[in-house]
Amino acid sequence: MISLFKKKENNLPQFWKAYEGTFSEPIPEKVENVRFVVLDTETTGFNYSTDRMLCIGALILLNRTISIKEVFETYLQQKYYDKDTAKIHGILKKGKIKRVSEFEALQQFLAYIGNSVIVAHHANFDITMINKALKRQGLPKLKNKVLDTSTLYKRSLLATPLLHKKEHYTLDELAEKFSISKKDRHTAVGDAYITAIAFLKILDRLKPKKTKSLFYS
Amino acid sequence: MKNTISERVADFIKKFPPFNELSQQDVASLSEEISILYKEKGGVVFDEGEAPHSNFYIVHKGAVSLKKKESTDIIDICDEGDIFGLRPLIANENYILEASALEESIIYSIPIDIFKPVAKKNKEVGNFLIESFASNTRNPYSRSHRGHLYGDTDMLEPINPNAKLLDLQPIRFSKKVISCAESTPIKKVAEKMTKNNIGAMLVVKQKLPVGMITDKDLRNKVVTGEYPITTPANKIMSSPIITYPSKLTITQAQMAMMKNNISHLCLTIDGTPDTEAIGILSKHDVMVSLGNNPAVLIKEIKRAKKFKQIKPLRKSIMNLLSGYLEVNIPMRLTSKIISELNDACTKQIIKIALSKMSTPPPVAFSWLAMGSQGRSEQLLHTDQDNAIIFEDVPEDKLPETTSYFLELAKLVNRGLNVIGYEYCPAEMMASNPHWCLSFSEWKNVTSHWIINPGPDEVLLSSIFFDYNLAYGNKQLVDDLSQHIFDNVKKYPIFLIHLAAGALQNPSPTGFFRQFLVEQDGEHRDFFDIKMRALMPLTDAARVLILSHSIKSINSTEERFEKLAELEPNNAELYMSCSYATKALLKYRTKQGLLHNDSGRYISLDTLSKEEKIKLKRTFKTIKEIQELVSLRFKVANILG
Repeated sequence: MISLFKKKENNLPQFWKAYEGTFSEPIPEKVENVRFVVLDTETTGFNYSTDRMLCIGALILLNRTISIKEVFETYLQQKYYDKDTAKIHGILKKGKIKRVSEFEALQQFLAYIGNSVIVAHHANFDITMINKALKRQGLPKLKNKVLDTSTLYKRSLLATPLLHKKEHYTLDELAEKFSISKKDRHTAVGDAYITAIAFLKILDRLKPKKTKSLFYS
Repeated sequence: MKNTISERVADFIKKFPPFNELSQQDVASLSEEISILYKEKGGVVFDEGEAPHSNFYIVHKGAVSLKKKESTDIIDICDEGDIFGLRPLIANENYILEASALEESIIYSIPIDIFKPVAKKNKEVGNFLIESFASNTRNPYSRSHRGHLYGDTDMLEPINPNAKLLDLQPIRFSKKVISCAESTPIKKVAEKMTKNNIGAMLVVKQKLPVGMITDKDLRNKVVTGEYPITTPANKIMSSPIITYPSKLTITQAQMAMMKNNISHLCLTIDGTPDTEAIGILSKHDVMVSLGNNPAVLIKEIKRAKKFKQIKPLRKSIMNLLSGYLEVNIPMRLTSKIISELNDACTKQIIKIALSKMSTPPPVAFSWLAMGSQGRSEQLLHTDQDNAIIFEDVPEDKLPETTSYFLELAKLVNRGLNVIGYEYCPAEMMASNPHWCLSFSEWKNVTSHWIINPGPDEVLLSSIFFDYNLAYGNKQLVDDLSQHIFDNVKKYPIFLIHLAAGALQNPSPTGFFRQFLVEQDGEHRDFFDIKMRALMPLTDAARVLILSHSIKSINSTEERFEKLAELEPNNAELYMSCSYATKALLKYRTKQGLLHNDSGRYISLDTLSKEEKIKLKRTFKTIKEIQELVSLRFKVANILG
């Protein structure tokens, strides 16, 4: 098993190489040409080492448009399950939804994202969860550029000493500030959708001239 | 692939024609093919003359305007659930109008290739399309299609608030028909009318309308003593009933009422008394449709039971405003009426919010409007600035009392947002714990500002001290004002800082008396009328009036008038300040209506030579008043 983590590059599966290959393409300079993948994961909890992903939901945002056909919603089979968090995500251990193995889900997911810029709320959590899963399957970490709507939102706020900025803003707070319906909250795709709309509204406030400027913090 | 979002989309579109005619399965499979578009305000969906897209559109959130490119007149506004851009796809011709987002919008785009086979399969959908093209209207079933004539360029006419197209406009009527049986005693009838807040009741016999009882019938026949209140309804009802079909235009409705000398029309399915009633149309409805009567609007606002019902009324208020400006009604009167209406909206929002709370407020409270709203200078949709003061409670009760009012404030802030007031970007809103305090807490906060006047404190006071009671207890507000005056007298240094703050706005003109425009950013080369012209006047008026310990007057122009009265030797300058304020406010409002924004940034190219001269004249006044403030409060002492 140890050798799994020491695999050389050329031992990596074909789908990983294909994923890696997409990065030879640079990220477009204009924001409207950038393919953003807005994602959210539902997990059994917040512990990076013991908790597992139950669902990956993602959608593609290109030129301010989301195509429903291209929505990614994959449920994962996991041995570990925490019944306490079930009331939040509502995914039952043996529900009727079709599930795939973690390996297969990652394979689909990598093919889906390619070199897109990942957008997520509190992105660090989702990215770490995915990276942990990749590691379990003997794969390297994600190579994508990542944007976090939580920090971007903070940047879009008025620069005035009168506004007491919070350290963190939850997705619920963003949804309220931007009047986005909280329907389907706590489903991976539902949260990804709320994040996407919030992201668009933040972009509208920030009006970045170039894609690059989004990554400065 | 069926997914959570496609279900969300399906839930939405199935509520609107023609999708409401489709089977659940068709809606579901159609939804999977839809794309979701986000358009910022002003974002173009399609251009005039552009070749047809492979999709048509339905508005999910926001509003989209259709217009001829070179004109500012909007031909049609599509609201939530309205379809647009369909006809060119079917007729296979280029777009004849430009569609752009009137406000920030989310739009669903539906591929025509997927929709066509579904439409062919379903007769009702086909009929909808045929009817919508034959009648040249976007949506023949819509109650609110506004006389726009889609497709025929010769007949394209803008929606004009001042009634050019009224004869073409279908009328809105109340669909909720309240009725009683012939045998119902009059007392019951009156009770039911009061409960439902209506002026007329339909009398039905086996579901068919037979007569109508109006307020007038009750007055003439019952209150006079002619009939006792136990009389059955059919003895006093007006009969035979006069019925009309529901597809009535405003003019037709007015004619019908005049001809029959009645105030209520009964609308039935086929227009005869032999079919069921589907609505009642009152004179009041006609007036509302005309939308140019403040009294009617106030009444309508007070009737609203949901936040959403107030939104279209706010639009009517804007129509009224642009009408007033067009015919040059004096600015003072205009702002009075519009502020009055905006106040009524706020009050109703608070009332609705209160009714949504599980318990009544634990203690008395006041809802304060701050900033421009507090000064009654808010004519256009701007940000909301508000705060709550509530009566003092014992210390152990404070946390729960505070959380009650925060919860209330959250509802009100949301309600105000629904009807078009943006959230304050600096969070100066009552739902922010810093702006929702008990009376003693407010006393402490304001004392702190007055005693330690740093730049932030001065800025906060300048926003807060224009507060005005919008709803609730007046005593709390008066007491707080008194507290502020007492403090200001004790610490006169505060006025000096406030005065210094008033002089800090950037100058409107440069060395060569040219307009100074913004150097960079989104509004490059625009003139910032708020920052460079209105704020200096507002700030000067505030500090001067505060030094006279007067709180009851909030509007800048009235403050200057009062100052002219108090200081006769400066009367001339103060009067010209008052005049300048009015003039600038008018510029701002006109610009705002023109561009559907707050009007803060003015494009100088759009001003005529005469307007520019007028504008420059106000700058001279601004300079003079700033000199007076600077001398009076010896501002140089702290700046130097």
